[in-house]
Amino acid sequence: MTTIIAPASYKLFGFFPTVIFSLLIPVIGIAVFTYIIAKRLGPLINAAPDNRFDNIPERIMNVFKIWLGQMRQPRYMTAGVLHIIIFLGFLILSVRSISLVVIGISEDFVVPGLGGFLGSVYNVVKDFAATAVFCACAGAAYRRGIVKPERYAVPKKYGHDHTAEAIFVLGLIMTLMVSESLFEAAVVAGGHEGFVTPLTLAWLLYLPLLMFPDSMLQFLHIAAFYVHDITFFFFLCFLPLGKHFHVITSLPNVFFMRVKKGNIKPVQHGVTDEQLDDLESFGVKKIEDFTWKHIIDFYSCADCGRCSDQCPANNAGRPLSPRFITIKARDLIFKNYPLKGGLLESKPLMEEIYEADEIWSCTTCGACEQECPVGIEYIDKIVDLRRGMVDEGEVPQSLQKPLKALEKRGNPWGKMEKKRAEWTKDAGCDVKVFDKGEEAENLYFVDSISSYDDRMQDIARATARILSTGGIDFCILGKGEKDSGNEVLRFGEEMLYQDLKSHNTDMILESGVKKIITADPHAYNALKNDYKGLPPVEHISQVITRCVRTGSLRLKNVEDDSLVYTYHDPCYLGRHNNLYEDPRQALDAIPGLKRVDMLKSRDRSFCCGGGGLMLFYEPEEDIRMGVLRVEMASEAGADVIVTACPFCLVNMEDAIKVAGMEGKMEAIDLVELIDRHLIK
Amino acid sequence: MAQLFAYITYKDGVADDSALELIEAAKKIDAGADVTAVVTGSGGDLDTVCNEMAASYKEVIKIDNEALAYPNAEVVRKALLNVLPADGIILITHDTFGMDLSPGLSIKMGSTFVADVVDFEGVDGSTLKIIRQEYGGQVTTHVNCDISAGAVINVRPGVFQPDESKGAAGGSVTDKSGDAGDLTTGRRFLEIVEAEVGDVDITKSEVLVSVGRGIEDEDNIEVAEELAEAMGADVSCSRPIVDQKWLEKSRQVGTSGQTVKPKVYMAMGISGSFQHMGGIKGAPFIVAVNKNPKAPIFQLADVGIVEDILDFMPELTEKIKGM
Amino acid sequence: MEILVCVKRVPDNEENEIEVSADGSDIDRSDIVYSVNEWDNYAVEEAIQLVDEHGGSVTVVTVGDDESDEILRREMAMGANNGLLLKDDAFNGSDGKGISTILKSAAEKGNYDLIMTGAQADDGAGQVGGMLAALLDYPYASLVNKVEVMDDKKLKVGREIEGGNQELNEIDLPCVLSIQTGINEPRYVGIRGIRKVASVDIPSMGASDLGLAGDAVGDGAAKVKKVDYFVPELGEGAEMLEGDTDEIIDKLIELLKAKGGLK
Repeated sequence: MTTIIAPASYKLFGFFPTVIFSLLIPVIGIAVFTYIIAKRLGPLINAAPDNRFDNIPERIMNVFKIWLGQMRQPRYMTAGVLHIIIFLGFLILSVRSISLVVIGISEDFVVPGLGGFLGSVYNVVKDFAATAVFCACAGAAYRRGIVKPERYAVPKKYGHDHTAEAIFVLGLIMTLMVSESLFEAAVVAGGHEGFVTPLTLAWLLYLPLLMFPDSMLQFLHIAAFYVHDITFFFFLCFLPLGKHFHVITSLPNVFFMRVKKGNIKPVQHGVTDEQLDDLESFGVKKIEDFTWKHIIDFYSCADCGRCSDQCPANNAGRPLSPRFITIKARDLIFKNYPLKGGLLESKPLMEEIYEADEIWSCTTCGACEQECPVGIEYIDKIVDLRRGMVDEGEVPQSLQKPLKALEKRGNPWGKMEKKRAEWTKDAGCDVKVFDKGEEAENLYFVDSISSYDDRMQDIARATARILSTGGIDFCILGKGEKDSGNEVLRFGEEMLYQDLKSHNTDMILESGVKKIITADPHAYNALKNDYKGLPPVEHISQVITRCVRTGSLRLKNVEDDSLVYTYHDPCYLGRHNNLYEDPRQALDAIPGLKRVDMLKSRDRSFCCGGGGLMLFYEPEEDIRMGVLRVEMASEAGADVIVTACPFCLVNMEDAIKVAGMEGKMEAIDLVELIDRHLIK
Repeated sequence: MAQLFAYITYKDGVADDSALELIEAAKKIDAGADVTAVVTGSGGDLDTVCNEMAASYKEVIKIDNEALAYPNAEVVRKALLNVLPADGIILITHDTFGMDLSPGLSIKMGSTFVADVVDFEGVDGSTLKIIRQEYGGQVTTHVNCDISAGAVINVRPGVFQPDESKGAAGGSVTDKSGDAGDLTTGRRFLEIVEAEVGDVDITKSEVLVSVGRGIEDEDNIEVAEELAEAMGADVSCSRPIVDQKWLEKSRQVGTSGQTVKPKVYMAMGISGSFQHMGGIKGAPFIVAVNKNPKAPIFQLADVGIVEDILDFMPELTEKIKGM
Repeated sequence: MEILVCVKRVPDNEENEIEVSADGSDIDRSDIVYSVNEWDNYAVEEAIQLVDEHGGSVTVVTVGDDESDEILRREMAMGANNGLLLKDDAFNGSDGKGISTILKSAAEKGNYDLIMTGAQADDGAGQVGGMLAALLDYPYASLVNKVEVMDDKKLKVGREIEGGNQELNEIDLPCVLSIQTGINEPRYVGIRGIRKVASVDIPSMGASDLGLAGDAVGDGAAKVKKVDYFVPELGEGAEMLEGDTDEIIDKLIELLKAKGGLK
């Protein structure tokens, strides 16, 4: 029985102690890595402040669910499972890899706690882990290199393809797995004490090695060690150079990710609404105007393309792909903060990497954020970029008119304030109006579109009748109501939003109502998440389900039982406010109603085309989002799309006409459908 | 009553339709007055138009000068100033040329100016009673204009219907080219940049044949184009037509498209959504044709017709062509 | 280049119909909001762009009352350097020539290379630019949809003429141009921009500051006077044409002829 000498004691050519390598490689590796990371921290230090140390329990929960639990990965099953294997394998093998680095210096090193039985278990587990990671990498390489799923493609205008980098990194990981296994296999084959777990990569390497002469095993043992050592540190230093930075930054990024939904970041953290006038500049104009969390976002993108795959704007062929909002910013940071040499001057982002159309294309539906496995944010960035453009006066002409009208009249069409309550005339029930001196327990906040648009007034009237039938004492603000400003805020016109907010807040508080009810999810979101200090806000679907439960609303059998209904989740009800069940329950409360869900539903709902000011802006697009959505409803076998949002209804009704599906498909608002089935 | 003059515009030797409208406008000021046509220019086209005008106007003043070959308002102003009496009442068509010429002319003449007149209610002493519109035609006003020191009156084209039957005034042409004087100005005409072919700016169109989903198929766009051609109109459309890429985006009327201010708007198979109607300004005369009698457009239109546009438009085109 | 832009505060009739007041003396102003005349906004944007490129300053001037301060600030928020409010009871009731005379006096107080106005405003007359030019004896071009600086003595200007064509002219400075919409894309002015210039001092000048005799402008000097507003007799809502298609078409053609729909 011969002895395979460990790297810590081995002498190359009989005289050169390889332990020098064992010392040099980590020292150089760690030095270089530290240098790169220090450089990468530069932009974070120059970035805008952010407030991410609140809600610590939720943040820790997110780390457990989204980072450690990889909860969002299986939303794309194949890639997700492969990633989970590699991720968990990495966690397990990180202990082994670090201990190997030390073993190169001190061959008897054992990680504290892994000495006895636990150590034996760990050895078995890590052998399987390495094998699994190896196989997963092979599978991933096959997908990226051969199958080439569409979402990884890089359109020409966004630069070069990222496949090479992806395959290279998979190769590095596989090298790590093989070298680690070979290092182990060689020494066991050499007759040392040890154990190679059967049916693992190490075992597969071990079997043929049994036939190798000792000298060969010695060589392989030493070579495998240093291949592993060099690859390990090379990989470490390679991570912060590209999309694999996420290996490092995903943990903090998930910890710092958005914990509240439906809201928009303040113009600047630490600056109150009252202090806004003192700010020199608004919004993001150059890269350093992003907050430090948003810079970590840019570092954390793994380029998986899930955001863009879900993005309705991207699907409709608008010039927006969230993935490249991030990638372009990351590349710019790398360029402006080079590893060697001085910093480059920061130029306006709208000149350098983004286009106005791209930034105005976003409907703020939130599909991208819902999907991102590492918690990258988009809505706040888009809004910040818009704030910057608004501050510079760069607002598309088609949006200037509604904004001006909102400023002067409180609604985007510039209609007269006194006509805001005109819809009540044909409501068929009594509607109290606060500014006529009538008071009530509840406020129905109508918002602009349901107040003024001829078609959408039907929603207001149906809502009033439902509330009235349900015995709910309610009033409206009448001409005292102004637009909720949900989109004004999201289109970056902060000060106008502030004006609308304070006006509405004053009016609502003055009215003395105990609760606010709305049938417009955009108003619901603004009042609930953007405004402060208001009475509780409810969406009408919540009111309906409660009234049905208590028996104060009774519904008759579905009018036409041959029709199949599907419910379209409005973004500002579903994703931004987690209201998925109430509208469905309200529908299901109609006896005999047949309902199916579309493939994309609930938190994967597909935006109708956008509400609020988005009605006034038309980016270039190949197809309308609404048309795509109507087609999805058709594929689900539905005859009627039920929405719970006036903007969705506008877009759906339009889309049905555009798609030439009149007579085959119908769109209706939840309140209209309920209203039709009320037993009065 | 001061002497009445009508400034005649023309192109390629053919007088503008408004040339005869000015006679009718003058009659509303003073039924008995004789109006003198004033024609400026250079060369053969000028003579042709002067002779043409002599058939309708008793007197025609001709001002021939090379500097007037192109109607540069600044040059024309100088010529008129030197030729016409300061206390004359000069009628000019309120078009892009009249808007350019008249305000300054009135100052130089020391007379009064009223723009875009739609009607006259005669003269009371030295007061000319005028009707005009404000706010894009939304409201109408009575205006009194002191004409004791002359006046320059811009008349809206198309509102005074010329009497087609006449045309034998047997008028004479007086050449006053010698009185034109020095015609150098601080503004010099360079050239005309023609609008790009096929690139119609519907925001400037006076008559629009606008098609909506009722057109049903791309091939039917032609039917609308034929009608537009017969009417001398441009084709515009609603959003769905652009979505289908049947017409260019530049032809879309609506809050998300162009804002148009035509005189007449033919809404063909358009339902009349607020987004669409939001793009129509200036209170045009709206004709709605739609097979759905409940289409909201009928609430907004001046004239409604319940017909299938695909049957209706070709028949209308035929009739107009046959006129 | 020193540029003076004449602006006007007008009722915003974008969405809501302007109606005649009960006694016909005015339009119904009870529910009206005001804004800067749309054409003037394009003129200011054009002036700002010219100054950005060629240096100089932009002054916005209006003949109005204290309320007009608002539009001057809005235009200054866009980027105009100075504001000037021409305000005097003696100015009330001025006709187009009166307004032009007031503006002429103000223009002569400065040393402007270029004066701009909007092509027209709420009354649709489009007269002030041309009158002002004639009073100053400056060359003038109306409906301008392109301005290009040739040298410090002259501009190349495009005028919008019928059929979507453009008439190009060379024009000597100083001159007056009335600007047509669409010449540029005016920048957005938000509430924040207006607040930034909220405390800027805007000088005001009256008749005596301008050296104007009391009877040169205002109601007394006006030779063109608005008597009243009225509603002409018009049918209401859609008149449905009925009968067979032939009859309908005959009726329609008659209507179209009357409304200028047939050429």
